Amino acid sequence: MTRTDSKLYDQLNVRFKLDALVAFLSSKKVPRHSHSIFYYTGGVAMFLFVVQVCSGILLLMYYKGSADSAFESVRYIMSEVPFGWLIRDIHSWSANLMILFVFIHMFAVFFTKAYRFPRELTWFSGILLLFLSLGFGFSGYLLPWNELAFFATKVGTDIVGAVPLIGEPLLEFLRGSEDVTATTLSRFFGIHVAILPGLFVLILSMHLLFVQRQGMSEPPRWKDLPESEKSYTPFFPDFLLRDFALWSAVLAVVAVLAVLSPWELGLKADPFTSAPAGIKPEWYFMFMFQTLKYIPAHVMSIEGEILGILMFGLGGLLWALVPVFDRDGSRKRWSRFVRLVGLIVVLYIIALTILGYTST
Amino acid sequence: MIDRRSFLDWLLGGTVFAGLAAILYPAARYLEPQEIPEAAISSLKVGTIEDFPLDSGTIFKFGRKPGLLIHDADGKFRAFHATCTHLSCVVQYRKDMGAIYCACHNGRFDINGKNISGPPPRPLEEFDVHLKGNEVYVSLRG
Ligand code: HEM
Ligand code: FES
Repeated sequence: MTRTDSKLYDQLNVRFKLDALVAFLSSKKVPRHSHSIFYYTGGVAMFLFVVQVCSGILLLMYYKGSADSAFESVRYIMSEVPFGWLIRDIHSWSANLMILFVFIHMFAVFFTKAYRFPRELTWFSGILLLFLSLGFGFSGYLLPWNELAFFATKVGTDIVGAVPLIGEPLLEFLRGSEDVTATTLSRFFGIHVAILPGLFVLILSMHLLFVQRQGMSEPPRWKDLPESEKSYTPFFPDFLLRDFALWSAVLAVVAVLAVLSPWELGLKADPFTSAPAGIKPEWYFMFMFQTLKYIPAHVMSIEGEILGILMFGLGGLLWALVPVFDRDGSRKRWSRFVRLVGLIVVLYIIALTILGYTST
Repeated sequence: MIDRRSFLDWLLGGTVFAGLAAILYPAARYLEPQEIPEAAISSLKVGTIEDFPLDSGTIFKFGRKPGLLIHDADGKFRAFHATCTHLSCVVQYRKDMGAIYCACHNGRFDINGKNISGPPPRPLEEFDVHLKGNEVYVSLRG
């Protein structure tokens, strides 16, 4: 440290007790073992969220959230505004990578059993963050007001409406009218740029606070290990520097994808044209969408859609409650069974996603 | 007799509840979809016979909803609400299939609007079609 730095440090330290913070940072450590790489996944998701906030705010300078001008404004961003195409493509690519990493992070936590005592609330807040991320993707998809997004949103909100009890009010809240209309676009816009960012930052702060208070989880088998055989990486500066290096690499990947593979805009939405072929949801909804296709229209007088929604609702609830089922003291057999179920879930999601893109 | 303490608890709880209700009720009402007044139409001129080639389908606006007018190969007119009974996509007439088709999930309806394959659970709602001279009118059924 240079003299001026330390002087500044001293001045601040008297006022804000920085020593306590430094002591905290230097005692924070990250376990080192064969799955240590999973400790980076949450940080990448968080970094991509920051990219979304920055690129999203830039888009806001030109984007117009109304049915008359949304499509034209996105076209204007892409063709007239210097580097507008880049900002839009970064926002689109980074959105997809963010959701991918949120999923990877969740499965990493699941398979390392990091959700167990005392981290149950960290898991629950993470599940909320996953839902908020999906909400970001769903609401953002409609904003360019193109044909594909228009019909995909009609279908998506109709499915929401089929949920027993809460479906109908939720559908009305989302659409703001009987159908997907200009009102829906305004609402999705407000949800996308105000409601979700506010909620997300709030819950992310709690999530991070929990992680900081409890430290990184250690693998269950470390419990019986003597101290001498455990090894750690100091968080500050070692782990943090690696975080930064990885984030730079991720940013480079986003930039390359944005340049090499631009996002299409397609045709402007028109409620009075027939739906074109190829209506599909974003890839992270594909496994559910594809499942619905395999359920017959009626199963014992229940509509197929409703049955599918109930199944996914129940499955999602059980998944969210895993810290309740699989506790620290759970028997080994049960613990392995939970892991097996997780593995089946991952394989199912991958298989149906692939089917969704390959079957006709 | 309730004691003083539980009375105060009750009072406080009631106040908080009333306060929340006073905030949430207007917010919920604010978010409810507005009834957009619409000149209730029951009948509409969609064009003249020459506008619709034989064996083709045309989307028309019926108020705020899309309709589908089919002029079939035999020269007969039929009209349906174009909103798919599955998940609300807008359907189309496909002459290669001789059927009404929904591209969203490959739903099919026959020329009378009856759901024949794919996920749609119900037939399409039908309009009445009248000809006045060479003008084509559709009107709500019933
Ligand atoms: C404060 C945060 C954010 C702001 C202010 C913001 C703003 C915007 C704006 C103005 C648009 C319309 C422009 C366009 O369609 O290109 C948009 C689109 C979009 N946003 Fe965001 N956004 C934010 C965060 C996010 C996040 C976290 C995600 C996903 C995880 C996301 C996903 C999307 C998607 C998928 C689109 C559609 C992209 C397209 O097709 O052009 N956004 N966003
Ligand atoms: S919306 Fe028409 S088949 Fe699904």
